[in-house]
Amino acid sequence: MWDYSDTVKEHFFNPKNAGAVADANATGEVGSISCGDALRLTLKVDDESEIILEAGFQTFGCGSAIASSSVLTEIIKGMTLDEALKVTNQDIADQLEGLPPEKMHCSVMGREALQAAIANYRGEEWRDDHEEGALICKCFAIDAVMIEEMVWANKLRTVEDVTNFTKAGGGCAACHEDIEAILEKVLAEKGEKFDPSVCSKPEDKQKAATPEKIAAVKTPLTNLQRIKKIEEVLESLRPALMADGGDAELVEVIGNTAYVNMTGACNGCSMAAMTIAGIQQRLMEVMGEFIKVVPASEMKKLVNIEVA
Amino acid sequence: MSDIYLDNNATTKVDRAVVDAMMPYFLEQYGNPSSIHKFADGVARGLKQARQQVQALIGCEHDSEIIFTSCGTESNTTAILSAIKCQPNRKEIITTMVEHPAILGVCDQLEKDGYTIHRLPVDKCGRLNLESYKKMLSENVALVTVMWANNETGTLFPVIEMAELANAAGVMFHTDAVQAVGKIPMMLADTKIDMLSLSGHKLHSPKGIGVLYLRRGVRYRPLLRGGHQERGRRAGTENTASIVGLGKACELALQHIEFENTKVKAMRDRLERGIIDSVPHSFVTGDLNNRLPNTTDIAFEYIEGESILMLLNKAGIAASSGSACTSGSLEPSHVMRAMDIPYTAAHGTIRFSFSRYNSMSEVDEVLKVMPGIAATLRKLSPYWSGDAPVANPEQAFAPTYS
Ligand SMILES: Cc1ncc(COP(=O)(O)O)c(C=O)c1O
Repeated sequence: MWDYSDTVKEHFFNPKNAGAVADANATGEVGSISCGDALRLTLKVDDESEIILEAGFQTFGCGSAIASSSVLTEIIKGMTLDEALKVTNQDIADQLEGLPPEKMHCSVMGREALQAAIANYRGEEWRDDHEEGALICKCFAIDAVMIEEMVWANKLRTVEDVTNFTKAGGGCAACHEDIEAILEKVLAEKGEKFDPSVCSKPEDKQKAATPEKIAAVKTPLTNLQRIKKIEEVLESLRPALMADGGDAELVEVIGNTAYVNMTGACNGCSMAAMTIAGIQQRLMEVMGEFIKVVPASEMKKLVNIEVA
Repeated sequence: MSDIYLDNNATTKVDRAVVDAMMPYFLEQYGNPSSIHKFADGVARGLKQARQQVQALIGCEHDSEIIFTSCGTESNTTAILSAIKCQPNRKEIITTMVEHPAILGVCDQLEKDGYTIHRLPVDKCGRLNLESYKKMLSENVALVTVMWANNETGTLFPVIEMAELANAAGVMFHTDAVQAVGKIPMMLADTKIDMLSLSGHKLHSPKGIGVLYLRRGVRYRPLLRGGHQERGRRAGTENTASIVGLGKACELALQHIEFENTKVKAMRDRLERGIIDSVPHSFVTGDLNNRLPNTTDIAFEYIEGESILMLLNKAGIAASSGSACTSGSLEPSHVMRAMDIPYTAAHGTIRFSFSRYNSMSEVDEVLKVMPGIAATLRKLSPYWSGDAPVANPEQAFAPTYS
């Protein structure tokens, strides 16, 4: 069975806030087709302060779905609605000390139920902006929708291309057949044919499949040159990030650490950690030294500590 | 109360007598059976005896019809690929929608290579329609492969009759009998079955040993080539200890076949009745009149299988589920879908599978906790209210699906 953290088990065996809140004034009902999980979240919101006084859940689903629902109600109680809207699925997963990649969608379902409940309270219509696909690469938790979008946006043609852009397939190789099936499907939609026998040719790579080539650093750089180089690498990666609805901006470089502002879909999405790892990898390749990439939000904490 | 193992269709405990029979082949008679010295003296004899023990259990005519393989999956793959290689002009395969992935996976792959795969559907009780099967048989069909017993529901397919129909139409017939061998009596010599797969770990011998039965005279192409082992039909140095263990396990299974169909069946029946009587909105899936004696698959409506398993596990009870969540796939089991079991029930199916090591007192233990587990989870379920499902569950709770 799954390797669940103790916190997941604790919330599953002793769920908090199970059942519907009696005089609820906000309800969110969402489901995830994968796993067939479904969740109804009910809230009692103070009309004056918009503080969530009570939260209750009813869940049809597996252990991690129940645990995600339970921990969500604990997180949001006492928050204002605006604060609650900032809760990400990663927050839910973190609070549970992590979820297996196949189960991350349980935390997404929690966040969606919360958004749906708040929209319901405010008399708005909630629309799901998140499309979930079958999990293809289990090593790096990449789903089919993500791969399809990347293949479309970046004219990818081979499994190797897909691995370069998404990391999918870069681990155990078990999903290579599935990735080929996606390539075949998307290329057919574009009126092209997938040819499994071609490997990405070096010139193709430069044209389409890998971010623009940047000369690797060979000689020692001044601090300014170094920052410029880092900037250059980041710039070259931005088209790929933007294709996925996100963006990244270099904020500061201190020693070996580059602080990067992640915005758009990258921010708080479950892929953020992976994206950062990708940027870091690329930076190290070009710079030829160890570079740590850290979200800029972490820097504030750091600076505060130094000042205090 | 020690832990209760009711997951014998997944795998079984190795019988102590089987372990004892194997030990000398690790520590004393560890020579290669092909060698000519005293470390190998007894090995060939051990293999011969094992072959005869398997022969006795499945009732085939010759012990040379037994080919030892590494597992049920290998036997299945060998059978299918052999049939198509021997008959290159036949480009169709008949199978069912509810086969084990070890069959379906190979067929899916062949489909990509241009083969036509006919997957027979089943009705709500998991039964096949033999009339439509008959119509599919033709000289374009390379192989019919139909499981003897379903691993999830225990439902038995009429493979003896189906093999006769295939034979009359001149079509080769294979059955995946991994779940059936050792649980129901069989006499292959009296059938028209051409090939049969079995797997040791389902009948109290170790994992990683299997058999492909190949009826004498049936055309064959090996999967693994090289050495002369198994008369060149399956190259690779014999897994001697496991083969001897499988032989012993077959002997024991034959001795216990009546016990399986009386005592083990009685335990299964009592558990099943007890659960259906004490847990509202639960029902048994599959063909109740035509089943393995050791298996029951029960759907608990409005709750989810993995959650049930986690609570059972906490109570020291091991079983399995056809729910999507336990497998990491996106859909509930293909067997439940093929039987058209509604989603709210298909996600909550639990399979209890017995062996001769279980006891009635264990059944009583499960019956003590099962109603509470269902009630606990239903309290959390949006489809449930008080002690009954909400009115019109599908409409009362209609979440936005992403
Ligand atoms: C019906 C059926 N066929 C094949 C197999 C695979 O057998 P093995 O695990 O020995 O490869 C199993 C076991 O899970 C099974 O239940």
